[in-house]
Amino acid sequence: MADVPKKIATRAAYGKALVKLGEVNPDVVVLDADLAKSTKTDEFAARFPERFFDMGIAEADMMGTAAGLAASGKIPFASTFAVFAAGRAFDQVRQVIAYPGLNVKIGASHGGITVGEDGASHQSVEDVALMRAIPGMTVIVPADAVETEKAVFAAAKHGGPVYIRLGRSGVPVIFDDGYGFRIGRAALLREGGDVTIIACGVLVASALEAASRLAEREGLSARVLDMATIKPADEEAVVAAACETGAIVTAEEHNVIGGLGSTVCEITAGRCPVPVERIGIQDAFGQSGTPEELLRAYGLLSEDIVKAALRAVERKRSGVR
Amino acid sequence: MLDGDTCCCPVTGLAEDDVRMLKEKARQLRVHVLRATAEAGSGHPGGSLSSAEILATLYFKVMRISPKDPGWPDRDRFVLSKGHAAPALYAVLAEAGFFPVEELLTLRKFGSRLQGHPSMKHTPGVEMSTGSLGQGLSTANGMALAARLDGRPTRVYVLLGDGELEEGQVWEAAMTSVHRKLDNLTAFVDHNGLQIDGPVRDVKSLDNVAARWRAFGWHVLEIDGHDIKAIFAACEEAKATKGRPTVVVARTVKGRGVPFMENAVDWHGKAPSHEQAEEAVRRIEHDAL
Repeated sequence: MADVPKKIATRAAYGKALVKLGEVNPDVVVLDADLAKSTKTDEFAARFPERFFDMGIAEADMMGTAAGLAASGKIPFASTFAVFAAGRAFDQVRQVIAYPGLNVKIGASHGGITVGEDGASHQSVEDVALMRAIPGMTVIVPADAVETEKAVFAAAKHGGPVYIRLGRSGVPVIFDDGYGFRIGRAALLREGGDVTIIACGVLVASALEAASRLAEREGLSARVLDMATIKPADEEAVVAAACETGAIVTAEEHNVIGGLGSTVCEITAGRCPVPVERIGIQDAFGQSGTPEELLRAYGLLSEDIVKAALRAVERKRSGVR
Repeated sequence: MLDGDTCCCPVTGLAEDDVRMLKEKARQLRVHVLRATAEAGSGHPGGSLSSAEILATLYFKVMRISPKDPGWPDRDRFVLSKGHAAPALYAVLAEAGFFPVEELLTLRKFGSRLQGHPSMKHTPGVEMSTGSLGQGLSTANGMALAARLDGRPTRVYVLLGDGELEEGQVWEAAMTSVHRKLDNLTAFVDHNGLQIDGPVRDVKSLDNVAARWRAFGWHVLEIDGHDIKAIFAACEEAKATKGRPTVVVARTVKGRGVPFMENAVDWHGKAPSHEQAEEAVRRIEHDAL
């Protein structure tokens, strides 16, 4: 863990990681849909102009072009906002990227409500659900800058389509450079026996805060898992958490339908049923506001995770499932 | 290409023997389309029959391919954007040697490599999975860009339907091809004038197909899509055209070669019975004499 957490947006880390990747892998190409300054692919564009394609405001065409490049041996990273990547271009992602199993990486920035002032039209609350439901799609929601860079490199090595969800706003750096990220493997950030908080993306830092408060205020020891890979999920880590701590809280900046919370419930229901409390957006669209205002309004603060943990522990103790 | 027997190396010019050979190939493709769809009990014969000469000319005269080494990096590529014409694509791939001709009768059957619409994961020689209309040109652009990046001689061909031009993504992609100056890309529009719900002009009036492409900055050629010499000449002109992509608007007849299917909307997505198929085959073979 870094001693003094500094804040870096995962999209910024993505932009830098692409440049590093481009330097070591000549097959990497990057596409964007007129949002290069926002997705931070402009850094790759400046460094490798011949390998960068701004496709204009045409997300469907971008995904198709990426598929064609991949079919010819390139490793395209196609970038736009999550709401357009997974929503507007869903059919292209399904038909010409995932169905043929092509080696396209989708860098989807501005996931969730921390987009802020742009409002619901630009705040994707359902992209993880959409991408997760596509057969063969790998879905990663990195928690910080370090994990983002490692996810980008891992995605490039992984054969097949990968969706990487990135955030607009700065988030604390949690991991140090020695972190051994692996696709499909959850990271144990804090050991604990009373309850497990399983989080992804911007809520991982909040989950760690919540665990500290649970220890200080409630005398509860909370395990914290960063489950960056939503799919394929780390089933063993989830089952171990369920069986060993007997209560789970999930925390994600996404609709509670179809994302991390659903994934965890699907696993526990089949293999180790325990109380699960899901922190996330409760099946609603976002709205304009500052990221902080929105996180509070939609119940995504560390304090909300603390309350959910207490509910989960109470359910465990009372035997109410 | 490497293998003289199976390679379809282009030779400059088109001899009368070539024309005879390509006409015969187109007839074979039609017979395969009819028998395969009849055996499948479903499929899309109309738009398969309208594209027979285009496919035959591309695969047996124009394109540089290697059926024994389907992954040959320098090969030319073909994308069937109008993926429902899969029976015709499978027929030409089988005739070219990518898989046995006998396999054509497994079309659409459980376990077959010949899925209802083209799947590059299932079928040797299929360069892109298609079927959801409007997407092929974008993927062809990607292939053309990759070829340019790698300095390969690859040319990319894509066949679109005219009804398919109602999909907005086609025009997103048409802008990309021109913006990127993809002169290694040639598009064909199989302009047979019919789509599932009726004549294209009634469903969503699409007059002046050529003018629309011209307005987008393409080099546009208009030909009779059943005229093999015209198809070949168009490909040659496309190769010679630098700095922009070429689209060949090919006037065709849906159901071409089978009198009861010609210009009949109903045969877009309906398979003939075995009897109808054999009647049609007799007619096609009679016409060849």
